[in-house]
Formats: sequence, C-alpha cells, structure tokens
Amino acid sequence: MSEQTPFTIEQFYKHIGQGKLLGAKCRKCGKVHLPPRPLCEGCLSKEFDWTALPAKGKLLTYTIIHIAPTQFQASAPYAVGIVEFEKDLKLPGMIQGVSLEQIRVGMNLTMEFGTAAAIQPWPQWPKYYFKPVTN
Amino acid sequence: MNGKPLASIVSAGLSKFGKLEGLYAREIFSEAAKEAFDNCPKLDPRKDIEALFVGHMGESFEHQGHTGATMADWAGLGHVAATRTEAACASSGVALRAAICAVRSGLSDVVMVGGAEKMTHRTTAEVTEYLAMASDYPFEQWNGITFPGLYALMATAHMNAYGTTERQLATVAVKNHYHGSMNPKAQMQKEITLETALSSRMVAWPLKLYDCSLITDGASCLILTKPELAHRFTDTPVHIIGSGQASDTIGLYERKSLTSIEAARVAAKKAYGMAHVKPEDIDAAEVHDCFTIAEILAYEDLGFCKAGEGGKLAESGETKLGGRIPVNTSGGLKAKGHPVGATGTGQAYEVYLQLTGRAGKRQVRDAEIALTHNVGGSGATATVHIYRRS
Repeated sequence: MSEQTPFTIEQFYKHIGQGKLLGAKCRKCGKVHLPPRPLCEGCLSKEFDWTALPAKGKLLTYTIIHIAPTQFQASAPYAVGIVEFEKDLKLPGMIQGVSLEQIRVGMNLTMEFGTAAAIQPWPQWPKYYFKPVTN
Repeated sequence: MNGKPLASIVSAGLSKFGKLEGLYAREIFSEAAKEAFDNCPKLDPRKDIEALFVGHMGESFEHQGHTGATMADWAGLGHVAATRTEAACASSGVALRAAICAVRSGLSDVVMVGGAEKMTHRTTAEVTEYLAMASDYPFEQWNGITFPGLYALMATAHMNAYGTTERQLATVAVKNHYHGSMNPKAQMQKEITLETALSSRMVAWPLKLYDCSLITDGASCLILTKPELAHRFTDTPVHIIGSGQASDTIGLYERKSLTSIEAARVAAKKAYGMAHVKPEDIDAAEVHDCFTIAEILAYEDLGFCKAGEGGKLAESGETKLGGRIPVNTSGGLKAKGHPVGATGTGQAYEVYLQLTGRAGKRQVRDAEIALTHNVGGSGATATVHIYRRS
C-alpha cells in the first residue's frame, strides 16, 4: 500500500488550510466520512482514500448565538449552522457574509477557507466559514 | 404485572437547589446524604452502605477532580468503594445505572448513588464555556457553538419540519415554573406568564432566557438495595423495574436526525421492554428539560406523542399536574434547577416522592408507575429508568 497521510482531524484541518474539503472514503465498503475517522463506521475497516467533496451545500438548521463562551464573546451575536454537502455528510460552522435576518433554512452556502486562527494556544487549526452563494 | 424489580430505593435525599453561597459541592452532597440517612432509621450508613456511585460533571467549576472519593468522605462513608461517573448532564443517570448493576450483580447489597455540582460562583461566560466541554471540541466548540446553541439548532430544525412555535416552547417554561412554585426545594418558586417567557432576552435564537434551564448548585442521592432486602429498611420501597442507557455521536452534526434524540429513543425502548410497560402506563415523568425544546423532544422520544406533535402536547395542558401525564412536577431543570451532575438522581428523588405519596401540593394522585429521562450533552448519552411503587 502506498504511503498515505493519516486520516485524522488534524489532517482534515491541514486540507482546510490548503482550501480543500476532503472526506475519507472506505476502501472496503465505500462509506465516506466527514470528518475522517480512523475506523470505518460502516465496516470497521482502517483503509481509506481521500475524496474531494463539493465545498457547497444546503443549510439544514441554524441559530444565532447571543450568549457566547469566553473566547467568542467579542464576536456575539453570530450565526452558526449545520450544512449538508452530500447526503449525510454535514459540518457545523459559522455563517458569514449575510445579515443575520436574511439567513434561512435551505439556503445554499459555500465553504470559505481561512488561515490559521489563534484564539487559543491549542490547537492551531485553520478556520472555515459558510457564506451565501453569490451569482 | 410488570417487570421484576432490578433494585429498590429505600431512601432518598435532595439538598436545596439554587445559589448556595459559600458551600462547596462536597458540602452540598453531605446535606443530601443526611436527609437520606435521617429518613431511613433502620439503615446504618457506615455499616450497610458498601459502595457509592456519584455523578459529577466538571472539574473546572471548583478546580476539583477525584470527586468520587471526595463525596464518599464528605457523606461520612469512610472506606466505601467510591466511583465517580461523568456523562455531562447525564452523569448521575449513568451513576444510577451503575448502582443498579452493582446491586443486580450481587457484589453489593446496599449502595448509595447520587450527584453534585457547584456552578453559581462562576460567571455565565465561564459556565457556558465549561458546559460546552461536553460537546464536540474540534467542530462544535471550535466554531463557537454553545449548549443553548446546540439545542437551538434542534429547535430550528423541529420548527422547520413540524411547524413547532416559539409560543409552544414557552408553554413548557410556564408549566414547569408553575410546578416549581409548589416545590420548596426549587431554585425558582415563582410562576411566570407566557408573555414573560416570550419577551425574555435572546440566548441562542430561537431560544430565549426562559427557554433555558438554570445555573444551579445542588446535590441528590438515593439508597438502593436488592428488592428482597428492601423491607429490612422501609415499608415503602420504590422498585426500579426498567433501565436503559444508550450513546450516540458526540457531534450533533453527525447524527441522522436533528429533530429527535436517538439515544433517548434507544434507551426508552430498552427500559420499556425490561419493565413490560408502555408509554400510556406512565403516571408521572421527570424528563430532561435542559431547554424547552428538549422537553418537547422528550415527549416524542418517550412515546407520549407521535414525532412532530410534542409542541401540540405541550400546549394541550396534558403534561401539567392534573393532566393525562404530568411531566416535571418538580419544576424540572427549568425551575427546580440544573446542577448538572446532580440532575439524574434528582429526577429519581422526585419520582420517589411521587410514588411514596410524599410530594405535597404537587402530588400526582394514585401515581403507580413513573419514568425518568436524563440526557447528556446534546444527546450523546441518554438514560431512561422506570419505577413502580411497592
């Protein structure tokens, strides 16, 4: 088997830092995991291939956070939601580039890739955000 | 006749819930323990109690870990085998399950099970941060999602799928505050109006202040024994006849459904099956109303109504004292308070009062079978227990 990058959360975020949304596809049963995990949920296999996912999807649900944890207090109020990219492949994230009143369940959003964030000393993951699709 | 008893509750204790200034969790736990000891004169705690299972969620609140032994020590139980369980807000629901296992296995004849948490000395931002630790870190906490935020995501999804309204959510708060007004140990003992709830400040849209449970100090405990030994300690034991516990993904975003807590459905199915009872047999229930939407999801997940009809059930008044199935007669997490680690056995304490006819003004008439539903985090852990009076 060829040398592969590990199927870890850290590697997922390294890809985010490179502007890519990648899931881990099981070589045995074909199930795609987003985020990746070391054991396939479908068949407990440990063999995967990275698979590119379209960085756009539909907003399944959202909320506007008014009371924020300590490290996010300066940003409040802010919107967060869960976006579905393909069936059952979802991620939560902040929704930006749209006024809070205009956010709607079902709207199309794309993923924007940020650089390394430094809110906390550990870990240093890059950020991603969701933004409305612009025509 | 329903299921065989798994274990029997022979006594129970609950501290006052609220802002207990100047008291550490261990000191609050000893208050709950003392009530349980005093109410069971035939029990010799130091001689009879062989193990303690105690739910405690957060080291961060008091900068104190290793809380199993700490609580055992402060309850005066010396060298008892002490185990602390942590499953976020279901910490003591899980402790209860472990205590039942200890008794059922034959390893221990008499055990104490409880929980404690000290929270009110921290700022709201700190409490928000510490509670969020029970959610997924790399994707949820990292994106600034709080606990009210996670339940708000479920509320938005439920409203969108079924037309559930903010007004229906608020009726849950009004009901539970009404019940809390009859509970002298509740943190909030005042009734509120629908308008108060609906006009309260936003926490995580669509959830407002009155959709959220409280930040609370408190402790709770039960004394459990084998069913065949129960009458040695009391004439009025309460039998536990069903126990279910289940897990799910830590991240809400990885679940199949955003409008149901699947772990609660799995746990409920197991508990109902073990107890040989159906949802319509339940006379009283304490459910995990950490947010108003959570009580509505609980109605559906426990089979009190069909999926999507929880909002209407809340509005119907059938879950109010005097209704078809009174839910959260204690005031629930919403009004009684939610000292996270103490909540699971705190719910069992209310059921114990109800099934022994000691619930005072909030007594459910002729209550024979009751249920508790305790959820950890956004639903990665759930426990459901079913009880029958003797």
